Amino acid sequence: MPIEVLMPALSPTMTEGNLAKWLKREGDEVHSGDVLAEIETDKATMEVEAVDDGRVGKILVPEGTQGVKVNQPIALLLGEGEDSSALANVASPAPSAAATAVATATATSAPLSSTASPPDPSAAAPRTRGNGHDRRIFTSPLARRMAQQAGLDLAAITGSGPQGRIVKSDIEAAILAARQPAAAPSPPRAAAVAPSIPAAPALTPTSPTLSSKEHVLALAGNPPYIERPLNAMRRVIARRLTEAKQTVPHFYLTIDCEIDELLKIRAELNSRSEAYRISVNDFVIRATALALRQVPAANASWSDEAILQWDTVDIAVAVALDDGLITPIVKQADRKGLAMIANETKDLAARARAGKLKLEEFQGGTFSISNLGMFGVREFAAVINPPHGGILAVGAGEQRPVVKNGVLAVATVMSCTLSCDHRVVDGAVGAQFLAAFKKLVEDPLTMLL
Amino acid sequence: MPETSYDLIVLGGGPGGYVAAIRAAQLGLKTALVEREHLGGICLNWGCIPTKALLRSAEISHILHHLDQFGFSATDIRYDAGKVVARSRAVAKQLSNGVAYLLRKNKVQVFDGHGRLAGKNRLAVAKNSKPVTELAAPHIILATGARARSLPGLEPDGQQVWTYKEAMVPSAIPKSLLVVGSGAIGIEFASFYRDMGAEVTVVEVLDRVLPVEDEEISAFARKSFEKQGIKIHTGATVKALERTGDQVTAHIEAGDKASEIAVEKVILAVGIVGNVEEIGLENTAVKVERTHVVVDEWLRTGEPGIYAIGDLVGPPWLAHKASHEGIICVEHIAGVNDVHPLDIHNIPACTYCRPQVASVGLTERGARDAGYDVRVGHFPFIGNGKAIALGEPEGMVKTVFDSKTGELLGAHMIGAEVTELIQGYTIAKTLETTEADLIRTIFPHPTISETMHEAVLDAYGRAIHF
Repeated sequence: MPIEVLMPALSPTMTEGNLAKWLKREGDEVHSGDVLAEIETDKATMEVEAVDDGRVGKILVPEGTQGVKVNQPIALLLGEGEDSSALANVASPAPSAAATAVATATATSAPLSSTASPPDPSAAAPRTRGNGHDRRIFTSPLARRMAQQAGLDLAAITGSGPQGRIVKSDIEAAILAARQPAAAPSPPRAAAVAPSIPAAPALTPTSPTLSSKEHVLALAGNPPYIERPLNAMRRVIARRLTEAKQTVPHFYLTIDCEIDELLKIRAELNSRSEAYRISVNDFVIRATALALRQVPAANASWSDEAILQWDTVDIAVAVALDDGLITPIVKQADRKGLAMIANETKDLAARARAGKLKLEEFQGGTFSISNLGMFGVREFAAVINPPHGGILAVGAGEQRPVVKNGVLAVATVMSCTLSCDHRVVDGAVGAQFLAAFKKLVEDPLTMLL
Repeated sequence: MPETSYDLIVLGGGPGGYVAAIRAAQLGLKTALVEREHLGGICLNWGCIPTKALLRSAEISHILHHLDQFGFSATDIRYDAGKVVARSRAVAKQLSNGVAYLLRKNKVQVFDGHGRLAGKNRLAVAKNSKPVTELAAPHIILATGARARSLPGLEPDGQQVWTYKEAMVPSAIPKSLLVVGSGAIGIEFASFYRDMGAEVTVVEVLDRVLPVEDEEISAFARKSFEKQGIKIHTGATVKALERTGDQVTAHIEAGDKASEIAVEKVILAVGIVGNVEEIGLENTAVKVERTHVVVDEWLRTGEPGIYAIGDLVGPPWLAHKASHEGIICVEHIAGVNDVHPLDIHNIPACTYCRPQVASVGLTERGARDAGYDVRVGHFPFIGNGKAIALGEPEGMVKTVFDSKTGELLGAHMIGAEVTELIQGYTIAKTLETTEADLIRTIFPHPTISETMHEAVLDAYGRAIHF
């Protein structure tokens, strides 16, 4: 039997991606580890590697296809000794893709027999094959079919059956949860499910009718326009940030930091070696990390059961891309020196712009920083990137008049605004963090310790 | 003198209680079991097991009277009712001894006597109304079972009007018999006595025999019983029993029609009631509703530390349900991971009349009433090679699927050996398979089990042999 290569899930929340490019053609020999294709996901371009040796028998999803569902077969590999006649035994790709495809697949789900037997979902069990994310999901056949019919992602459902197997009652609970309005307090099980079903209309934060193209055109009075298609990243940005603004109670604290001393030390450090080039932002990252260490209550996330105060300080740094933004993470930033942070951020940003970040390099983090200083923005308030408890918005360092001991003077001042999730960080905690941050930034030698 | 302090005490040594005790011992709990009569309970001593021994004799009687079709002939076929009963008692005795051995092997301390709750975490044991000992444990499981229900005017006397107990040890097979109630117990006795040569009449208050089974199965069974010569009155009640010498005259009312029938013996099988009396529930928060103890999904009563399982907590009154509840209860007490409450839709039920009846899950009507859009499959034994070769072409299998999800909602069987087959569907239901998995399963040929496969295929318009 030919081996099905399935669309991999490169992140737990990924439900679909774009097939950017095939690196192998039909008939090509492949060996385990060879890169078969590039997948454009939420935030980056990822490579799909072969896990088996063989030959590409058939490419089922042509390159450039948008919105390929996770676990949909994208190609068939022929094993040793198999020729292309083996492909005839494989059902046409559309019905088998129904294994994990959501409601939209119903139109294509005519099985081989003429009876009304629904397509057999167990034939293509939800098992990712392609790049090592090979997590088997234990589920009863009935639960699998019900999840398919309801358009639920099994990977996001917690099983309550024997050994954690997903059973009928889990799917019923998930369906019930998906029907509840997003604002209603959801039971724990529902909470586990909710983020995974962006396709369920009830959970989509923006009402499809209000923001439908038709409606928007009508509201705008039908002026001429060009249409820029939504890529996966744009959809994720829209969904996550809408969700953040609607569900996270934001408040904002702004502080001014004088950075003349910081700029002096930066110039000095950069003149010492060619091995690094430290930016103001690198100082900000280090100061933020150390301040979070001093005020650990600000390095925390909200959950329905408890506030989770993180042991590590992983700083997500927003990087602008041509068509969106991405937040690569400087892990354990409090334990890294300025030179190390500088080199790491430079590398991460370069690879982010090339779309080559690995999943673990941009997923997670405990706190974010967004810096628009280089664009001359004096100060701004950023949207929290859940589940982070806060995000620091960094403005431009500019010369401003300041009053010191009753005397007017000139100093280079950088305004920073902290957006806090009030469920986690209260005003006083946010203020303590900013005070610690300011002290570090204004006395940068302490940052070098 | 055995110890008096335990981790767990089980009151009642039936299939719920002794299984709970053994499982508790396996889990390292110091366990005591109190039983007033005999280990194995009704099931093993006066129910499931001895009736199966009797029905085996009835089956042999049936075969002996149909030898010709298999190429044999015999004359002067006789039986000794005493020997038939003696064999049944010997089988029960052997198994009861087996239970005693198993409890000993697992180091469960058995107390012979009547147990009664005696204050928090305490249970007093008495024998012939004399105190024997008082036991203490933080957890006490009540597994006292149930007994035959009697209706006003229809009280058993043990001589002419029997309950299951007397019906199991007849000194002779009566010439004529009236069975009141056509549930599993009534029908099994009707079938036994009919095959042993008695004239049997069955009266059922509901509109069909085996009323908890699927309607088509009830109809099939009725036809089969009537063909064997059993007279059946449904929608009928026995108003009074009049004892006249060697005979009992039963006054039967069906709608506005009244009739009388004179029989030698009457068997009352009109349901059972829980044994909730004399076990000290009075001063506890244990709640009793309609003779049954109310419990939650983990078999906890309203009183902390007191649990109840089996027939005592209500229908279905089945030994395997009691055993399973015992295990769930004990594992939950012991804090075992991965314990799951009982799913009532996955409890198979068997009736060992001829032809046998077995079922699991929802009936077709039950499924429709629950709002399912159903797909139903049928397959008759006449389309099955093994059934025909055995000379057992009378039977059928019916499956009920949810047409939306393909869930097997219920399966209903009547015919030879179906009680041994129903577990296949039960496994399927427990694993939550859909029709796809059942269709793909290979059933061995030639077996009666192929009818199970065909009944699934038929629900999807794909039956091969019919």
